[in-house]
Amino acid sequence: MRIVMSWLREQVGGLPPAKAVADALIRAGFEVEGLETVGGDLAGVVVGEVLSIEVVAAKKKDVRFCRVRVAELGEPGGPVASGSGEAEPGVRGIVCGAFNFEVGDRVPVALPGSVLPGGFEISSRKTYGHVSDGMICSARELGLGEDHSGILVLPAGSRIGTDVAELLGLGDEVLDIAVTPDRGYGLSVRGIAREAATAFGLPFDDPGAWGSDEPAATGADSAAGYPVRVEDTAACDRYVARTVSGVDPAARTPLDWSRRLSLAGMRPISAPVDVTNIIMLGLGQPLHAFDRAKLTGPIVVRRARAGEWLLTLDGVDRELDPEDLVIADDSGPIALAGVMGGAATEISAATTDIVLESAHFDAVTVARTARRHRLGSEASRRFERGVDPALAPVAAQRAVDLLRELAGATAEPGVTDVDHRAAPEPIVFPLGEPERLAGRPYPVDAIRRRLTDVGCLLRDPEPAEAAGSPGEPGELLVTAPSWRPDLLRPADLVEEVVRLEGYDTIPVTLPLLPAGRGLTAAQQMRRAVGRALAADGFVEVLTLPFVAEDAADALGLPAGDERRAAVRVANPIAQDASYLRTTLLSGLIATAVRNLGRGQTDLALFESGLVFREPAGAPAAVVTPPVDRRPSEDEVTALNAALPRQPRHVAVVLTGLREPAGWWGPGRAADWGDALAAAHAAAAAVGVELAVAAGDAMPWHPGRCAELSVDGRVVGYAGELHPRVLGSAGLPARTCAMELDLDALIGAALERPPVAAPAISTFPPADRDVALVTAVDVSVAAVTEALRAGAGDLLEALSLFDVYEGDQVGPDRRSLAFGLRLRAPDRTLTAAEANDARDAAVAEATSRTGAVLRG
Amino acid sequence: MPAPNETADPVDLGALDPGRLDGAAAAALAAIAGADDLAALSAVRTAHVDGQQAPLMLARRELGALPREHRAEAGRAHNAATAKVRAAYEARLVELTARRDAEILVAERVDVTLPVDRRRRGARHPLSLLSDRLTDVFVAMGYEVAEGPEVEHDWFNFEALNMAPDHPARSEHDTLYVEPAASGRLLRTHTSPVQIRSLLSRPLPVYVVCPGRTYRNDTIDATHSPVFGQLECLAVDEGITMADLRGTLEVFAQALFGSGLSTRLRPSFFPFTEPSAELDVQCFACRGDAARQPCRVCSDEGWIEAGGCGMVDPNVLRACGVDPARYSGFAFGMGLERAAMTRHDVREIRDFVDGDVRFGLPFGSEG
Repeated sequence: MRIVMSWLREQVGGLPPAKAVADALIRAGFEVEGLETVGGDLAGVVVGEVLSIEVVAAKKKDVRFCRVRVAELGEPGGPVASGSGEAEPGVRGIVCGAFNFEVGDRVPVALPGSVLPGGFEISSRKTYGHVSDGMICSARELGLGEDHSGILVLPAGSRIGTDVAELLGLGDEVLDIAVTPDRGYGLSVRGIAREAATAFGLPFDDPGAWGSDEPAATGADSAAGYPVRVEDTAACDRYVARTVSGVDPAARTPLDWSRRLSLAGMRPISAPVDVTNIIMLGLGQPLHAFDRAKLTGPIVVRRARAGEWLLTLDGVDRELDPEDLVIADDSGPIALAGVMGGAATEISAATTDIVLESAHFDAVTVARTARRHRLGSEASRRFERGVDPALAPVAAQRAVDLLRELAGATAEPGVTDVDHRAAPEPIVFPLGEPERLAGRPYPVDAIRRRLTDVGCLLRDPEPAEAAGSPGEPGELLVTAPSWRPDLLRPADLVEEVVRLEGYDTIPVTLPLLPAGRGLTAAQQMRRAVGRALAADGFVEVLTLPFVAEDAADALGLPAGDERRAAVRVANPIAQDASYLRTTLLSGLIATAVRNLGRGQTDLALFESGLVFREPAGAPAAVVTPPVDRRPSEDEVTALNAALPRQPRHVAVVLTGLREPAGWWGPGRAADWGDALAAAHAAAAAVGVELAVAAGDAMPWHPGRCAELSVDGRVVGYAGELHPRVLGSAGLPARTCAMELDLDALIGAALERPPVAAPAISTFPPADRDVALVTAVDVSVAAVTEALRAGAGDLLEALSLFDVYEGDQVGPDRRSLAFGLRLRAPDRTLTAAEANDARDAAVAEATSRTGAVLRG
Repeated sequence: MPAPNETADPVDLGALDPGRLDGAAAAALAAIAGADDLAALSAVRTAHVDGQQAPLMLARRELGALPREHRAEAGRAHNAATAKVRAAYEARLVELTARRDAEILVAERVDVTLPVDRRRRGARHPLSLLSDRLTDVFVAMGYEVAEGPEVEHDWFNFEALNMAPDHPARSEHDTLYVEPAASGRLLRTHTSPVQIRSLLSRPLPVYVVCPGRTYRNDTIDATHSPVFGQLECLAVDEGITMADLRGTLEVFAQALFGSGLSTRLRPSFFPFTEPSAELDVQCFACRGDAARQPCRVCSDEGWIEAGGCGMVDPNVLRACGVDPARYSGFAFGMGLERAAMTRHDVREIRDFVDGDVRFGLPFGSEG
């Protein structure tokens, strides 16, 4: 809401400078986003009197050469030094293209050297065979609105040579205020004026109230105005109609009003339209003007009927919904109530008789219609946030007065006022409530004063009504003002008292908390995984979780894969990002590609976050619980059951060198083992050992994919990515990745008993090496397991120190060289004991895997 | 104790002659002084100090053969000569050892300014680090960490938070909805639904901090992102006041931006709090001091907008089965990106989701 300070000052006398007003409004809860100073930059434009006019024929369009006096006689030279074209003191020759002024008129003259709004600098120049020594200006050229149809002719008595900016009071300031949705009254000069008056303790004469000297134009006259029938009195509890006739189509909105409208952000259009906007901005009451000549029959306020259409003022033909509240006449709908008028009954430049609508529509009804038709308007914005229903007749009267004044209209005697407003219910306000919520005492007189400032009516309850027993804070019956539909409960009144007394007067204390339990084990583990991967050289990224429809295809996921059950966004930001990720790899791959494109070739990225998967079958329909009570367990369960599965995963992508090259050597390329090591690092961070088996899952290379499990449950995969996936993603060959279900991993970790400490033997170890030859398809894990089983309790550690394939062992075979460290808890092993254990290990490996000792 | 050489057979008694003894000592001292390295000194030692054929050793052997009355004097003279030579030897040994050590250590010198990053460095995301850091501030005060789903139901995200389907505040949320239409499923627009989940699942009093990702229908650019991090806290107990909120926010603001900064509350509106306020923290760069402006951090406002807060609306408490007449509470929520941008001078919000390793690396593991 743009508030023009001169307009505000008209409603509240004695306000301090605009900056102080802005600060006070901020303290009161009105966010002032900008304070503009306008019109102050217009200098060097003075009042001139047209002395003579000579038409100069030109090719396209004739122009006129005018002699203009810009300084009073007796003030030689006037405000500027003699120019080249100045034949007599204080008179200028100026070429002008407009024809709407005559000899003797007073006009604004921009003298050479002056700069008009927009940085347009005026200079003396030769044109059409004359020296044009300045410019005669239109309203638009002076930044006074949109009118560029001709020169701005000034009042006849304007003193020649006077500064035009000063004459017209062009210097002004505008506050740009972001009004919160609860404060509809703030969308008017009236509402802001009340707040400003309260902030500075100034008197406020409410322009929305009937003056004490004017008769209330309601009641008895109701039947006499334009006939109106309200069918839906819940959606429209007030409808005032007034009729004026004899509107002068040539009437122009005076400069001061059109300037204010422009500054407030509305384009001046015509006197009748401008009047409705002046009332809306000034009082907050949206008005609609119907051309009476185009109305057929009485006005009816009703819901639309199926199949009805309305061509709205913005030129869109709209099919109406039976829920839309419309204004209709015998011809059908003529306006979307509270949102926008229809083209058929719009006032035009020829309109002389007007039916003014000043009504109050239900906020929800207007909001729904505006949303349904994607049609927000100044009117709907106000109705959605609450318009003062008491305002309707006042606003109508003010509009009629202005039409009479500005457009020569005649008010017809009848006033239609269909009033179905409910009587306001007083709020029982415990006087201790502000202190209970704000933490400092508020004296009763302060509470009363602040509620009165807001406009509330206060009444002390009858002794019988008072709930408080003697000694306890009493209660107050508070009736909220008609413009504050947001004040419904004691808490709402507390806010008014507390904000007007100042949030800065609230003391600073800390609550006394019971001892908390800190992070849960699972929360700590999640952090530990992140720290472990970062310590391991991975850079954490947080990617956008939106993916394209073909994301699963890009990863080569087979039909039926649970990662194909993607959640779809109904109103996506982009059509190629309309699904939610089912795997972190989609985002990591895209991020790797982006980094590669920027020249970073060695990458180790990780991400931890939610993935989203639809469970089988359509989500169950849920009946949402009411909000006036706690939902039952079943209701909460049902709500949760409608949501997709959202497990937290952790994943990495690796490409380029895992160990950097440098002066020490060539570095080492990342391979499948690094991806697997990352998975082990993540698992180790939560104290879990992953079981590794050969896996076969997209998007991994089928021969280089490790399936990772805990307690027999698969929790993820690691390895080299499938060449086809790499190819289509544009990633280098051998790029590797791992992804783990972090929730599952942590779940397993939480079930682990505490680590059992090993007994440490201080006797010397016996080390034995064995080289075993097996078929290449025998896994190391199988051989290792057999060796462990065979060696028994004496085996302290086992390490694989060499793998050899080649001529010496023959085709399809390989040699695995293990080191066995043997140690007894209670004695030094003899060589024979150590050899026996080694032999038993080898024998077990032979029997389980066919391994033979390499000769 | 018998004299060792009582029965010795003298070979060359002249070796103990004072003149020859002095000569042998002088020769030894000269040889020691002339030894240039440890190997030479070692040879000198054999030849002059304690070798079997060293003149002083040979002379010593003759002592026993001297007549008893001369023995003591000759022994003293021999000892004095030997001691002088030994001392010279030891001194030279120390000297030459030190010289050798110094030479070796110089020869083995390396350039310690060589780069040694043989292992790649990693980093956590600045938003993760900030989220953890701020979470810990609340945890230290006794709060627990609560979480909720990111695809949320309208009931938790809006309705229970006092935003009925036609509430005008909803239009400010630019919600991303999830299919099927009218299923009530959406991407949560704030972390506040976790307030509802916490109040429904935890016994009173409830003190929780809820960090998490939230979503709005915004196209990504320098200042907007469809995904952003939030952190909010909720306290519901008997006797909770706005004064408690102010105190809590001061602790939080100092943890975020530094100590000694004042805070202010401006009245505002949120459907789920009443009264409501915006939290401003004094600008840590200029502290509102005109002499330190223009200020890039706060655009000369002197204040940084840090989040929204207020007393939990009675309707919210009621929807969670909490009696608003007995209990009261406060809630505070903030955007992590904005805070991180201010704190770390991040230029574009897009940097947080772009995943460029050059952006992330400097934050390391502690940020």
